[in-house]
Amino acid sequence: MNEKEGSDRELLEITSGEAEHVYYWHCGHYVSKFLLGLRDKKTILGIKCSRCGRVYVPPREVCGRCFATMNEWVDLGTEGTIYAFTVVKLPYIDPNTGKPIKVPRTDIYVKLEGADTCLMHWLDETDEKKISVGAKVRAVFKEHRRGTIHDIECFTQI
Amino acid sequence: MDKVAIIGVGQTRYERGNTKSFAELVYEVTRKALDDAGLELDNIDNVVTTTNDFYDGRTIACMAVAEASGSYGRDATNVEGDGTLSAFYGLMRTLSGVYDATIVTTHCKMSEGNPRKLFNQAFDPIYDRILGMDAISSSALQARAYMDRYGVTEEQCAMVSVKNHANARNNPYAHVALEITIDDVMKSPMLAEPIKRLDISPISDGACAIILATEERARKSAKKPVWVRGVAHCTDAYRLGERDLTYSAALETAAKKAYKMAGIRNPFKQIDVAEVYDAFSYMELMWYEGLGFCDRGKGGKLVESGKTQMGGELPVNPSGGVLSAHPVQVAGLARIAEAVLQLRGEAGGRQVPGAKTALAHGITGICGQTHCVWVLSNEEA
Repeated sequence: MNEKEGSDRELLEITSGEAEHVYYWHCGHYVSKFLLGLRDKKTILGIKCSRCGRVYVPPREVCGRCFATMNEWVDLGTEGTIYAFTVVKLPYIDPNTGKPIKVPRTDIYVKLEGADTCLMHWLDETDEKKISVGAKVRAVFKEHRRGTIHDIECFTQI
Repeated sequence: MDKVAIIGVGQTRYERGNTKSFAELVYEVTRKALDDAGLELDNIDNVVTTTNDFYDGRTIACMAVAEASGSYGRDATNVEGDGTLSAFYGLMRTLSGVYDATIVTTHCKMSEGNPRKLFNQAFDPIYDRILGMDAISSSALQARAYMDRYGVTEEQCAMVSVKNHANARNNPYAHVALEITIDDVMKSPMLAEPIKRLDISPISDGACAIILATEERARKSAKKPVWVRGVAHCTDAYRLGERDLTYSAALETAAKKAYKMAGIRNPFKQIDVAEVYDAFSYMELMWYEGLGFCDRGKGGKLVESGKTQMGGELPVNPSGGVLSAHPVQVAGLARIAEAVLQLRGEAGGRQVPGAKTALAHGITGICGQTHCVWVLSNEEA
């Protein structure tokens, strides 16, 4: 094929480049209090709907079911049970760093004692044979805490 | 509800790395749907596009498909979500009495971005996103909760994959058609326990369009109209931690509403063919239950019975479903397009003989936060 024909057939791509869109999200009044609970008191705060009595964790302003404002804070402590788990085995880019995350890594939903909803976090056990739905777990806090969900290092079975 | 019909459909072939631009994909299906309906763009007075700015990598992405979708010089609007929801909006606008014929388009070129990163970015940035959640790990948590509650087995999930990938061999639009066994699925690489490589849908590029029309316009259309007999959608809690992951309350609600509208009392008996949004194999089993094809927890038994295979009492996903082609946001509209082909008797090798009533189902959001259910028929109410 001559050079001209080849170039006519070529299908091109263009990249978006390396530019990033960085956001600064306000956590709001409810989430801030929850994150401060992790950072300053090493405890997990939930919030109770005064209409239906449901305790939400993480907390937020409105109960979706009742469409009511919530303001009754509940200290849920650090213990609960596993509602669901998965041992993730495929390599993954850590959204915090852009670097590959270490696998296997175990994602869990924890139902904290006194809560009606589940909190997602990690478990320090990656052998699925040693994990079961309903197992008791406790939050392990980092020594240096900055007011993020990562102030909890992970959960551990007790 | 006044009568509304679907009078035209168009799909691209679904594949990874399609070299057309997304406007070129949209133009292809807009043209196909018009030709299918025997219409020209002059006959269209309402356009609903479907775009997602993150997926397309640009702000106000709907504006980029204006010409391709026929929006230029017309009343056009946009939906960000699954195509079943765009169709729902198109239906509402058709019912307003202002418009005669509405084209609904949707496209996906997620292969051009980073799908896993994009799915991760669907989660709340303060909690689940920075813990690394994505579509696969969150679905694995849902699958675990569901399977643990009801004793549904990995083999039963694998049967869905075997069935749908085999059905895809009869669908010229499908992306992944495979002749596989339960053993192949069980031995495929574990991605996020209990979900394996062959339990998940591919990321597909492609586009789909349908044309909705008022009763008066539908009676003049080239093809036999397919009537909308019932439709509803319902949304669950945003955060997975607030949902009961062992069943879909939103799907149960949407299905009941759509059935009531369509006069369906026994969906398993009254529906002839169903196209459901099986992004993962276990989902098809959960959706059987939410759609009332069987009781809660019995989805595994239902697939095992063979009743949802081709030739069974209620074939589910003759097209191969979403497991065989997953253009995000397109996949639900493709379910509607497939249902229309079935009801016209134009589904070729995947035709369910004599189908009169079909169901199409779409989802939006992580693990099926929103469900939209359509009941269509080639018979008038």
